[in-house]
Amino acid sequence: MMNKLILGRYLPGDSLVHRLDPRAKLVASFYFIAIIFLANNLWSYLFLGAFTLFCLWLSKIDFGFFLRGVKPLIWLILFTVALQVFFTSGGEVYWKWGVFQLTEFGLKNGLFIFCRFVLIIFMSTLLTLTTPPLALSDAIEYLLRPLKPLKVPVHEISLMLSIALRFVPTLMDETEKIMNAQRARGVDFGEGNLIQKMKAVIPLLIPLFVSSFNRADDLATAMEARGYQGGDGRTKYRILHWSTKDTIVILTFAVLTAVLMYIRN
Amino acid sequence: MDIRFEKVSFTYQPNSPFEQRVLHDIDLVVKEGCYTALVGHTGSGKSTLVQHLNALLKPTAGKVQIGERTITPETNNKNLKPIRQKVGIVFQFPESQLFEETVARDIAFGPQNFGVPEEEAKVLAAKTLKMVGLDESYLERSPFDLSGGQMRRVAIAGVLAMEPEVLVLDEPTAGLDPQGRKEMMEMFARLHKENNITIVLVTHLMDDVADYADFVYVLEKGTVVKQGTPRDVFQEVEWLQAKQLGVPTATAFAQKLVDKGFTFNQLPLTSTELAEMLVELGGFAHDE
Repeated sequence: MMNKLILGRYLPGDSLVHRLDPRAKLVASFYFIAIIFLANNLWSYLFLGAFTLFCLWLSKIDFGFFLRGVKPLIWLILFTVALQVFFTSGGEVYWKWGVFQLTEFGLKNGLFIFCRFVLIIFMSTLLTLTTPPLALSDAIEYLLRPLKPLKVPVHEISLMLSIALRFVPTLMDETEKIMNAQRARGVDFGEGNLIQKMKAVIPLLIPLFVSSFNRADDLATAMEARGYQGGDGRTKYRILHWSTKDTIVILTFAVLTAVLMYIRN
Repeated sequence: MDIRFEKVSFTYQPNSPFEQRVLHDIDLVVKEGCYTALVGHTGSGKSTLVQHLNALLKPTAGKVQIGERTITPETNNKNLKPIRQKVGIVFQFPESQLFEETVARDIAFGPQNFGVPEEEAKVLAAKTLKMVGLDESYLERSPFDLSGGQMRRVAIAGVLAMEPEVLVLDEPTAGLDPQGRKEMMEMFARLHKENNITIVLVTHLMDDVADYADFVYVLEKGTVVKQGTPRDVFQEVEWLQAKQLGVPTATAFAQKLVDKGFTFNQLPLTSTELAEMLVELGGFAHDE
C-alpha cells in the first residue's frame, strides 16, 4: 500500500540534477510552482511543459517514475478538472443540462488545471527523487535562517524535521510489523463496514504510539548522553556548497519568467 | 497438519525499481508434530518465509499447501482466518503487539477474533498465562506496566491462547536473560511433547537447534542450501563455519579436540553427549 507512493522518495543517482545544491533545487521548485500560475494560454503551458520535460530528462530518471507519482492523485485531479469543466460559464456553450454545462471557457480551464497539477507533481517528484531527505531539511534550515531574529526556533524546527524524516521508514517498517502480528492474531484490516474498519485500527495505533513514546524517550536520553544541549554553539557536519551551476539554475528560472511574461496574454 | 512449500518464490514490490527477490524456488515441508528449525544469516529470507506459513504473504510463484488449503499467487485474501487460527506466529519482539488495557483482555483478543465467546476467552487467558509462567495476579494489570520479559510472556500467551496446531517462533528469546531464555525454550519443548504442537523455530542459536529440533533447514540468500536432522547437518562443521553459521558449542569444542588428534565416531550435539563421549574415550584416546 505504502510502496506505491513515489512522491517523497529518494532515488540515488549521479545526474546534473542530483548534484545541484538542495537550496537551489528547493527554491527553484517553489518558484516554479509560483510562476506556473502566470501561464494563461496554450503557448505558455506548452513552453512550461517542454521546460519540465527537459528538467526530467536531465535527471536521467525513468519517465515512468514521474507518471507513477501522478497516479495516486489522479482521482483528485480528475475531480477538480471535472468541477471546472462542468461548472464554468462563459464563451460558447456546447451542451447544457440543468446546472451542468460544457462551455469553451470550461474546457480551457479544465485543460489548464490538469496541466498545472501534472507539472507541479512532476517538479516536486523531481525534487524529492533527486534530493536525499536530510539534504532537504538542511536546505530548509538554511532558508529559514533569516526568520531567527523574529524568534522563530529555526534550529528546533530543522532538528524535528530531520528526526521526523529519519524515522519515517522506521515507523513504516514498524507499522507493517505490528499489522502482520495483529493479522496473525485474527484482525482483518480494511474489511467490514466503516465502524469495523476503524475498530480494527486500534490494535495497530496503540502499539505504534507506545513504541513512538519509547523511541522518543530512548532517543532523547541517547542525545543527552552524547552532549546535546540545544542549537547554540553547535558546528555543522554536513555543509552545503553553492556552485556556479546552482547560480545558473537560478538564472535559468529568471529567464524562464521573462519568456513566460512575454508569451502570456 | 502438514505445511508444504513447492517451488515458492517471493519478490517484494514486484515490477518496480525497488523490486527485491527474497525467496527463490523453495521446497520445504513442515511435518505434523515435527519440531522444525530454520537457520540462516540475517537477510537470508527466514522472516519472509515465516510469513508464508500462515498466508500473511502469498508466494509470487509456486504454491504453499497449508493443511487442506493451497495458497497460490492467485489466492484471494478473503477467508484466510481459519489458517491464521491454526498457524500461530510469534514474531520477533512480540511485546510490541500488546495494546489492551489489561493483560487478560490482550490475551483474550486473539481467541475472540476467531469467535470464542468472551467468558471462554477469559478462561483461556488465565490458563495460557499460567503456561508462560506468570501467575493470576497479572491478569488485571496493564501490559505496559510489566517488565520487558514479562511483556514478552504475555505476548506469547496471546498467541498460545488461539490454541494453534502449528506454532511459529521467530527468534522468541532474542533479548531475554539466560534464565528467561531457558524457561521459555523448555516451555515450547513441553508444548511440543505434551500437546503435540508442531513447532517452527527461527533462530541464530545453534545450541537451541541441537537441543530441541527434529529437523533443520539452512537458508542462504533465499534458497534452502541444506536440510536434514541436526545430527546430520552439524557434522559438517567446516562447511557451516565457512558460511559463518556456526555449530552448537559442544560440537565446536569437539571439533577443536578433533583438530588436536582426538577421534569421535560422530560429533556430539549437546554438552551431555560430549561429556558421555569423553568418558567413553577415557581420556586416553590421545594418539600422539
